[in-house]
Amino acid sequence: MPVRYIVDRVAKYVLLFSALLSILIVFLIGLFTLREGEPAFRQIGLEHLLGGTVWRPEQDSFGLLAMIIGSVLVTFGALALGLPLALGCAILLAEVAPDNVRAVIRPAVELLAGIPSVIYGLFGMVVLVPLIRGIDVPGNTGFGLLSASVVLAVMILPTITNIAEDAIRAVPREYKEGALALGVTHWQAIVGVILPAARSGIVAAVILGVGRALGETMAMIMVIGNSVVFPHPLTANPLTIFLSQARTLTGNIAVEINYATGLHESALFATGVVLFVLVMLVNSSARLLMRARTG
Amino acid sequence: MDKSVSLSTHAHTGALAVSVAELGKSNLPWRRAAQKIAFAFLWLMGTLAVAALLAVIGYVVFQGFKVINIEFLTRPPRGGLSGEGGISTTIVTTVYLVLLTVGIAAPLGICAAIYLVEYAGEMQGRTGLLPRLVEVARFGVETLAGVPSIIFGLFGYALFVTAMHLGFSLISAALAGACLILPVIIRATEEALRAVPRSYREASLALGTTQWQTVWGVVLPAALPGIITSIILSVGRVISETAVFYVTLGGSYKMPTSIFSSGRTLALHVYYLAMDTRAFDKAMGTGAILIVAIVLINLTINYLSHRVRAKLGGK
Repeated sequence: MPVRYIVDRVAKYVLLFSALLSILIVFLIGLFTLREGEPAFRQIGLEHLLGGTVWRPEQDSFGLLAMIIGSVLVTFGALALGLPLALGCAILLAEVAPDNVRAVIRPAVELLAGIPSVIYGLFGMVVLVPLIRGIDVPGNTGFGLLSASVVLAVMILPTITNIAEDAIRAVPREYKEGALALGVTHWQAIVGVILPAARSGIVAAVILGVGRALGETMAMIMVIGNSVVFPHPLTANPLTIFLSQARTLTGNIAVEINYATGLHESALFATGVVLFVLVMLVNSSARLLMRARTG
Repeated sequence: MDKSVSLSTHAHTGALAVSVAELGKSNLPWRRAAQKIAFAFLWLMGTLAVAALLAVIGYVVFQGFKVINIEFLTRPPRGGLSGEGGISTTIVTTVYLVLLTVGIAAPLGICAAIYLVEYAGEMQGRTGLLPRLVEVARFGVETLAGVPSIIFGLFGYALFVTAMHLGFSLISAALAGACLILPVIIRATEEALRAVPRSYREASLALGTTQWQTVWGVVLPAALPGIITSIILSVGRVISETAVFYVTLGGSYKMPTSIFSSGRTLALHVYYLAMDTRAFDKAMGTGAILIVAIVLINLTINYLSHRVRAKLGGK
């Protein structure tokens, strides 16, 4: 057999092995986080981990509920602030803006995605937190869910905008032309025909934004205050819950892992498992939606 | 007015209490006004997005350049809680870590992408072990791309730092970071390979080459600018990543002496300065350097992908 056929065959298997490396890493990640978290699941119990409201490692209480609520609330806040912005940008870029404006906004949005999260955190600490501290509510430190939501809203903007724009662009041209031919305005065509046709892709974009928000770590640590209290309204006004300090699941891991030992360390790996499962659920639902669209 | 024509505007027409006399009148002014308001909102959102970018970049760069000078760039941080000193060691650590991480991940990622595009393409509709493996491999890449970075940190801490006794070191951080950027490289390289016209491959195979000869001699050279883009993209990811390295790199401010040294990258230095020492001016200075690096990387990528499009588009 000529050498080149041997080379061909060897190359094929080396490449196949590389292609399978990703799934191997996913498997190893699952294996190691589960293995390290197993003592926590066994000794603390799943219902105490997920349902416990108190996290005090020195007293062996490891309840994650405050962090779960923290992660959910900050994600919700980021969506409330960021969705109009992100979807507005997506529609603008896909339908309204002329090419030369698009050539400015699109790279700007992409650059937002490239900026390190510590920069957002730093900006939040130096600019946003003092601003929000100015809101006159007793116990308001500026650090908390609101600061974190604002920072996160900007951070998830590129994810949602890019995917939603692609979904809107993927709507067949005939749909729009058909609507316009009936005499509707461009805006009516967007709301009545184009957006409904792109619905599943847009929803997938939002869900992927949620996945990104749940996974963000450093910027959250820097502006959310990291106190393990249960997020609570500071006054009778329920909206002041967003001025409450909080901690996210991601922040819980990052802040404590380097000095934790024993059951405490295991509980942090269990936190990782909870986060991993949460994000996987979110991402795979987005993937199912996108597949339903193309298939 | 016909229902199908009015679409979402029947709210307006209903409110106007259409009488027989008014039937002939057009509601076009209303619909035009609605469009004006809606488009104004869209433009506002676009402006806000650009404004947010300019605010963050502008503020950090403006504040940062006040403290940047030759000394800041060439002196090591003094350490401790003072926040004094420069950033020389963190620049060196960042460069080492980028080289190590990308050096590990790029060859593997590029090979994986070649398999997924050049070899797995013919599996469509076939049954057996290999097509199933390809599906599993694709699932792996997709899943890996969605894993939060702190999980890579946790994994790196458990496997490389602890189980493999590599400690908090450049090599632990690079291995964990390589897992993080692997899907980035694979996806971008796949895109670069897919952009190579099918006719290139067919012409080469028709000359009697093996598949590997075609890949090596024809497809890879044509896709090279795109592959370089994917590598630059992952360099950007490593420079801006913090969470993974926060739990695997150890955070020493000293000059690394080997791959087993602990260290801190520019991004980590920003974090430590802001959170531990509250030295916000120095943090801004370090952040400004980071932003300059990221902007340069983005400009390079944009330039390269324009060239690729022009070249493969036959211009």
